[in-house]
Amino acid sequence: MDAAKKHEPFIVTVSPHITSGETTSRIMWSVSLALMPASVMGVYFFGPLSALTLLLSVVSAVFFEYIYQKLLKKTITINDGSAFLTGLLLGLNLPPTVPFYIPIVGSFVAIIITKQLFGGLGYNVFNPALIGRAFLLISFPKLMTIWKEPTSAFIQIDAKTTATPLGILKEEGLGKLIEIYGDTLNLYVQLLVGYRGGCIGETSAIAILIGAGFLLYRGYISWHIPVSFLGTAAIIAWIFGGKGALFSGDPILHLLSGGILIGAFFMATDYVTSPSVKKGQILFGIGCGFLTMLIRLKGGYPEGVMFAILIMNCFSPLIDRGFKTRVFGQVKK
Amino acid sequence: MSVEDKISYKELVLNGIVKENTIFKLALSLCPAIAVTSSLRNGVLMGVAVLFVQVMVNMTISLMRNFIHPRIRLPIFMLVISGWVTVTDMTMAAFAPDAYKQMGLYIQLIVAFASILARAEMFASKNNVVPSMFDGLGMGLGFLFALTVISFFRELLGKGAIWGMPIIDAKPLLIMVLPAGGFFAVGILMGLFNWLDRKYLAKATSSHH
Repeated sequence: MDAAKKHEPFIVTVSPHITSGETTSRIMWSVSLALMPASVMGVYFFGPLSALTLLLSVVSAVFFEYIYQKLLKKTITINDGSAFLTGLLLGLNLPPTVPFYIPIVGSFVAIIITKQLFGGLGYNVFNPALIGRAFLLISFPKLMTIWKEPTSAFIQIDAKTTATPLGILKEEGLGKLIEIYGDTLNLYVQLLVGYRGGCIGETSAIAILIGAGFLLYRGYISWHIPVSFLGTAAIIAWIFGGKGALFSGDPILHLLSGGILIGAFFMATDYVTSPSVKKGQILFGIGCGFLTMLIRLKGGYPEGVMFAILIMNCFSPLIDRGFKTRVFGQVKK
Repeated sequence: MSVEDKISYKELVLNGIVKENTIFKLALSLCPAIAVTSSLRNGVLMGVAVLFVQVMVNMTISLMRNFIHPRIRLPIFMLVISGWVTVTDMTMAAFAPDAYKQMGLYIQLIVAFASILARAEMFASKNNVVPSMFDGLGMGLGFLFALTVISFFRELLGKGAIWGMPIIDAKPLLIMVLPAGGFFAVGILMGLFNWLDRKYLAKATSSHH
């Protein structure tokens, strides 16, 4: 034992004494890192303007967090990465060609109203990025549903608009979708790579899965919510998704299109707004999957992931209470 | 005994506007505060209707208070309240039919307002006519104030207009005139009101005494 170690002060603390060394900021920055493949693919397909949207939404989210904490003389916590992550998630869930004020309004609602007014990180009932997006979608229904056609030529002069796969599925049916993409296999491949209209971050399924794999490997998210979420959605899509007959739906198409992958891996797994008990997480995921498919198949919107997660956020405390583990030694009633 | 000796009329009115503001402090009658406040005109009309009913009910109950048997007081209060609400309802239907078409249901719902029955029970049935009138005036003005502020911000942000006149030439936040925006507006303004109250008014009243 060296001299410095010998003179280390004797620290008295309560248990737990063994910590993993994980901090909030480390997790937040890791999740942000895991979103990088999706961000890069989004910018690749939708051009530099989408990079500007992402940048604006991240910068404004961090700025609002800073200004709120500065004005209220609280500890400034912009370095913990949570505002950065909220801004990034919000930006990734915006269409590529929104006017500059959209990400700023969204960040304001996400950070100030949804997060800080409820008491800051750890106290928010709803996922801040999703409330920001819901606020924008309801406030600016036209602007928030202009979908740019993806292109592999990075810089293009004219922006063509298109409908999202789910939009086409809702309005014109599966036949039209297959007509556009050639055959079913090509449709799956294009969805996996990300050649389709949609929000910036939701285009490429592969990029999202790479990020999700990283998070699962590092143990930052567990499989419970994503698997039960996607599984429920797939089963419902298979049973009820088809035209006419039961069990004729296309679960793969439903899983690869829309925001269900980014929602299941990055939004529904938010520590603050999802249940912490594992059994409860499975119920939470099933609820998300069910509501998503309910909105997709029967609702007015083509996509329902956002509302599904927000509705289930309300139930998180209740689910946690319901699945609370029995205290050791307590007599079973 | 009456409250008259201890509290001045001014304090009675201020109590209703600030200290026991129906919406911002007691969080009562939130349904109309969200349902009818999508435009300033509707908000103000609703506030005026409630102000009128509150003052008249308080005065009537106070006049009748010695003739009401305590056991049947609540049905009597309800009868008086529904009487005055009917008067308001019919007056509005006759003189402001357009507004009535939009918010007639909520005018009739004034009967069920907790704040009106509460003031009849807690104040008017125990006090003279004049203090009861000022108490009703305070509570009614507090409600009118809250509805005016809420509907002002909702119409301004949601339609870019005030009292139907467009003043902001930008894309409005459509959500603010929808029910969800009502919750946003009520929640944020309630927080702001209490924050300001704690910061300035509470200090002023404590130094006053």
